[in-house]
Amino acid sequence: MNEVVEKTAPLTEPAAEGIAQGPDKAVTKKEPKILVCDGNEAAAWGVVLSRPDMVAVYPITPQSSLAEYVAQFVADGVLDAELVEAEGEHSVLSVLHGAALAGARTYTASCGQGLAFMFEPYFRTPNLRLPIVMSIVNRDGITPQCVWGGQQDAMTVREVGWVQLFCETVQEVLDTIVMAYRIAEDRSVMLPVNVNHDGNYLSNGIVRIELPEQAEVDDFLGAPDVNWHAALDPKRPMGVDPLTGGATGPGPALFVGYRRGHCEGMQNALRVIVDVHEEWARRFGRRYAPLVEEYRLDGADYALVTIGSMAGAAKDAVDAARERGEPVGLIRIKTLRPFPLDAMVTALDKVRAVGVVDRAVSYGWNSGPVHQETLAALQYCPHRVPCLSLIGGLAGADLTEAHFAHAIAETARLLVSPCPREPVWLNAEDR
Amino acid sequence: MFEVRLHGRGGQGTVLAAGILAKALVAEGKHVVAVPQFGFERRGAPVAAYLRASATPMRAMTNIYAPECVVCIDSSLPRVVDIFAGLRAGGTLVQASRLAPQDIVVPPTVATIAVCDAIGIAREVFGRPITNTVMLGAFARATGLVSLEALDRALEETSFRDGGLVQNRRALALGHARTVVHRTGQREAA
Repeated sequence: MNEVVEKTAPLTEPAAEGIAQGPDKAVTKKEPKILVCDGNEAAAWGVVLSRPDMVAVYPITPQSSLAEYVAQFVADGVLDAELVEAEGEHSVLSVLHGAALAGARTYTASCGQGLAFMFEPYFRTPNLRLPIVMSIVNRDGITPQCVWGGQQDAMTVREVGWVQLFCETVQEVLDTIVMAYRIAEDRSVMLPVNVNHDGNYLSNGIVRIELPEQAEVDDFLGAPDVNWHAALDPKRPMGVDPLTGGATGPGPALFVGYRRGHCEGMQNALRVIVDVHEEWARRFGRRYAPLVEEYRLDGADYALVTIGSMAGAAKDAVDAARERGEPVGLIRIKTLRPFPLDAMVTALDKVRAVGVVDRAVSYGWNSGPVHQETLAALQYCPHRVPCLSLIGGLAGADLTEAHFAHAIAETARLLVSPCPREPVWLNAEDR
Repeated sequence: MFEVRLHGRGGQGTVLAAGILAKALVAEGKHVVAVPQFGFERRGAPVAAYLRASATPMRAMTNIYAPECVVCIDSSLPRVVDIFAGLRAGGTLVQASRLAPQDIVVPPTVATIAVCDAIGIAREVFGRPITNTVMLGAFARATGLVSLEALDRALEETSFRDGGLVQNRRALALGHARTVVHRTGQREAA
C-alpha cells in the first residue's frame, strides 16, 4: 500500500559543548542578515564589505567560485571596484603592486599551482611592504594530479614574509578577510596578509553565517592607508625598490635595515592581530582566538595541535574522548606567520605530550610543517614535551572524528612509550 | 541531527540542490552543514553531496558515511554507484524513477521508499532531464523534514532568474505532488 508518511524532524539534540564562536552575549544588535553560503561566497562577501579599489584574479580550483563571486558582485554593482582579469597569476599580483603603490586597497585570491606561478611577485610583495590581502583557498600540490584541498601551497611559502592566518569556519573566513585589512594597513605592520581557508571543506562547505552591516565595517576599517611609505605618485616622486645592498654604494647596512624592519613589522603584527580580533569581538560580537586557541586544556595531560578547518571534527573527537575520561585537549593555530611563540609556549606548557596534525608534508623532515613549527616552539618550553607528527587530509581526504580519535590514541601513547620518529599517515588505509 | 546524501550526475544540479535545501532548512530555524563530494567536474560523471541538519550548531566540516536518507536524482545511477553504502537501518530512499516503489530493489533494512518520475517531470517543465529541484520536492514529500514553502522561497535566493525561476518553482511543486511514498514495514531510523 502506498501512503504519504508524515515525520517530525528529529532535530532536538542538546547543544554541543564548547562552540566558542557564537555571538558574544554582551553585544545586543538588531537582527543580523543571515546568509547560507559556502566559504568562497563568504570570502567574496568579506571582500565586498572591505571595499577594495581594485581586485585582480585568475581562476583556479578550488578558488574559482570565489573569483566568480567577486566578478559577479562587481558586475551587479554590489562591489564598486576595478576588476582586472589578468592573463595569469604573475600578472595578477604585479597589477596589484602598481595599484597598491598608487594608493589602492587591493584583493586577490589564488592557491596551489596558481600560487606557484605567482611566486616571483609574491616574494616581492612583503619586501615592498604592500598591505595586499590575498585569500589562499588551500590546495595540495601536484604531482600526482590533484585539484583538491590541502595546505601544501601555504606551507611551502611560509618563509616569504607574508602574514598567514588560517580559518576554521566559514564565518571566520568572512570576518578574517575584513580584519586582515586592518592588520595589513596598520602603520606598524605594513605587510600583506594571506587569509587561508581549506579548499573543498571550507571553500565549498555551506553553512549559515551572519553578514555584518556595511556601515559598521566602514567604521571599523576606516579609509585605505596603503602607500604613505612607498608611492607611485607624481606629487611625491621617489625611487621605489632601488638597487640596495652589496658591498659598495650604501653598503650592506641599508639592506639589513630593510630585512630587520620587515622582521619588526612581523613581530608588531602579533600585537596588532590580537588588538584587531579584540575590537572585532567588541563591535561584531564574534570572538576568535587571534593567535592560538586553547580548547579544553584545563586538566589535559596531552593535546592535539591543529590548523584550519580540521579543528571542528577534532574538537568533536576531544569532547567524545573527555566523556570517556581521557584527559585530552586541543590547540588550534590561527596565526602561523608571524609565529605566535609566546601564545604557543603558554599552551604547550599545559600538557605533557602533543600530536600535531598537518594537512601538508615537510619532505625535509619526514613530518609535517606545523610539527616542525611546534618542535621549534618547544625549545622555549620549560619542560620536555614529546611531539608526534600526524599527516592527514591530503588531496581533499576527509579528516573525520574517527581519524581524530585515532590521533588522540596515538598521542596518548607518548605518555608511556617513546615518541616515534615516523609520522602517522591518517588516511593511509582510506580507499 | 539528520544526515542526507544526494546522488546524481554532473550537470543535474546535485550540489546546487544541497545548497537550496540548506537555505530552506536554515529559513526554518535549523543549522546545516552541506559539503559536496569532490571529484572532477564533468558532465555525466557520478557526483554526491552531503547535508546534515540539526537544531544546534555543528562544527565538523566532513563528509557523511551513515546517512538516514539517500536522495538519488538520476534513474540509472544505482547501476554504477552503491547508493545504499552506509545507509542506516530504517532509512529512507528517495529515487528518481518511473517504477513503482515496490519494484525498486533496495536492501531489506530500508523503511521508506519514495519514488518520483523526475525525468518525466523535468522533460515536461524544462525540456531537459535536469532533476534537482524536482527531487527536492520529492524529498520534502517523503521526509517532511522541510516544507515545500521554504524550498520555494529558497529557490528565489539562488541564481535562478525570471523564466528559469518560474520553471524551477513548477518543477519543485510537481515533484512534491507526484511522489509516491511506500513504507516497507521496517522500523524507521531513529
